[in-house]
Amino acid sequence: MTTTTTTNSSQLASMFGAIWALIKKIPPIYPIFFAIFITVGILNPNYQTMNGIFVFLRRASPLAILAIGQMMVLASGGFDLSMGSMVTFVIVGSSMLLSNDPEKALPTIGIMMCVGVLVGLINGLTVSYFKIPSLIVTLGMLLLVKGVAMYWSGGAPKGYFTDNFRVFGRGNFENVPIFGKFPIALLIMLIIAVIAYFVFHKSNFGKQILAIGDNVRASQLSGVRVRLVRTLAFVISAFLAVIAGVLLGGYGGISTNVGDGLEFQAVSAAVIGGALLLGGKGSVPNVIFGAFTLEALFNLLNLLGLPKPYKDAVQGLIIIGAVAYAAFSTRKKR
Amino acid sequence: MTTSAISQNGFLRFIRRIPPVYFFLILVFVGGAILDVTFADGQMVTNPTILTNILVRSVALGIVAVGQTFVIIGASIDLSVALVVSVTAVMTSFIMQGDPAKVPLAIGVVLAIGVVTGMVNGFIITKLKVNAFIATLGTTLILRGILNASFANFKGSVPRSFEYFGYGKIGPVPVSILALLIVLLAGWFILARTKYGFQLYGTGGNVEVARLSGLRTDRVLIIAHIISSLTAVLTGLFLVSRLRAGAPWIGTDGVYDLESVATTVIGGTALAGGKGGVWGTIGGVLIFSVIDTLFNQMGVNPFMKNILRGVIVILAVASYTIRSRREAA
Repeated sequence: MTTTTTTNSSQLASMFGAIWALIKKIPPIYPIFFAIFITVGILNPNYQTMNGIFVFLRRASPLAILAIGQMMVLASGGFDLSMGSMVTFVIVGSSMLLSNDPEKALPTIGIMMCVGVLVGLINGLTVSYFKIPSLIVTLGMLLLVKGVAMYWSGGAPKGYFTDNFRVFGRGNFENVPIFGKFPIALLIMLIIAVIAYFVFHKSNFGKQILAIGDNVRASQLSGVRVRLVRTLAFVISAFLAVIAGVLLGGYGGISTNVGDGLEFQAVSAAVIGGALLLGGKGSVPNVIFGAFTLEALFNLLNLLGLPKPYKDAVQGLIIIGAVAYAAFSTRKKR
Repeated sequence: MTTSAISQNGFLRFIRRIPPVYFFLILVFVGGAILDVTFADGQMVTNPTILTNILVRSVALGIVAVGQTFVIIGASIDLSVALVVSVTAVMTSFIMQGDPAKVPLAIGVVLAIGVVTGMVNGFIITKLKVNAFIATLGTTLILRGILNASFANFKGSVPRSFEYFGYGKIGPVPVSILALLIVLLAGWFILARTKYGFQLYGTGGNVEVARLSGLRTDRVLIIAHIISSLTAVLTGLFLVSRLRAGAPWIGTDGVYDLESVATTVIGGTALAGGKGGVWGTIGGVLIFSVIDTLFNQMGVNPFMKNILRGVIVILAVASYTIRSRREAA
């Protein structure tokens, strides 16, 4: 964009045209996010500092991780509603396994990851082989996983998380050049985002997920192993739920209701990030910003002094609005 | 139906018309009775009170499942029923405040809430083209937000006279069971004997074909959603008359959303829409009540109950879907 005095008006017009075309390509989620975030920043000066922005990003990271997992399943045409229960299970289960012993932190996380893979496998195999719609399977799994967590702990988990367990969720890298403090949770989220980006956008597997979500029969006929791909999507989703659970446990400590409703937040984040429900579309960066937008919006509601339950109501409106908008714009294209 | 049982041939045809869920029901009941006699006191078969309780337990889920059957036949789904149950229970006891004179007002208000919720659901699904699951999930979140922001605990109470719905008896038969029976018969009549019923099956079977052959499919679906919300309101009224006061968690704790969908599917109504009926659904509901009663008899830990519920829902639905050729999503 070098400015020359000799540019004639038609060149200028075409340049503006090109820029406008570029602007039109930007998904609506980005301007929406920045508008909300800047409003939050004006209302609460804490968000004007580098530190404040990182605090925000640290808090939004678990939701972004959940949204990435949820998007994988949504893109394949299913739902994973067991994510929130999985988070509760990780937090309650870890408190039982840890029994206040720092030595056990890493093995505990390892065991939880195995449980995550197992739950994802059960979800995926049940959908694939019993042919039950995923919304029923994962709603059943929601009851089951939460039930196991509560049964195991007797309804009231005891003890505390050791510092080396909590560090993932609330720790910072100190004295990082330029940034100062850099949250560990954010780094974990970014690593996952990069891997997910390559898996989803650059690998065959990602294309197969989208193909299944778009048209199961067509992808089956062209040789996609539908059941395998679909099951893997559920495994990724449950595994990421475990990681989000470890981060949330580290951030907020032990509680039996952290996971309640998180599955809906993950769906909302994915949907406002432009993942088409019932499959066929999705984007890792957009979905991450979908999660950031949701978190920023919750902050905004908080700053405006609305009682907490209204978070739910606003979320409901957002989901319906986003899906109606998507339905409207795809109809227009036809 | 009774006349066909006269001849041998007709009898076989009658047997074949019974939804397969009833054979499962007999299986579950016999299995449950054996478990009860062996491991508990065996009252499930000997004590008539417990037998009636199986039916009373079916009332809450049964009424709302009839409405769910309507929307699922229309190839839609209604996840907002649990919250409608909660809203009804809370609003009823909040408005009544134990005053018998306010009963009609309260019932009028909650019925209006039901109609509006159903209309909003139907409108979002048909006019805004939002997937039914997401649409009703959205209204669930909206209702939950408003409800939890306004009420935190049991509010108000219902007058003694209103408890008649939950505890009253006509002769030996509890009023609540009669209410369920009336809802069932009305549901059966609408589905099998009225023009609207045929329109609903047509819309659920193939919405494009139905629309092209002149059906106003949007209106058909909106009405189905209103019916579903109204049955949820009835369930809420029944629950609050039994509990004597409403709390915001009544509907969600009963898992009426998932269980009404599950019992409908177990009863033979395909989630893809276009076929099924209320008699199958009530069979599914009875299975759940028998299992629930069995859990109580055996003193199963409440958390364990939730685990088993999750497993049973999945397995029960699987027994129906496993034969389908289509890939699920």
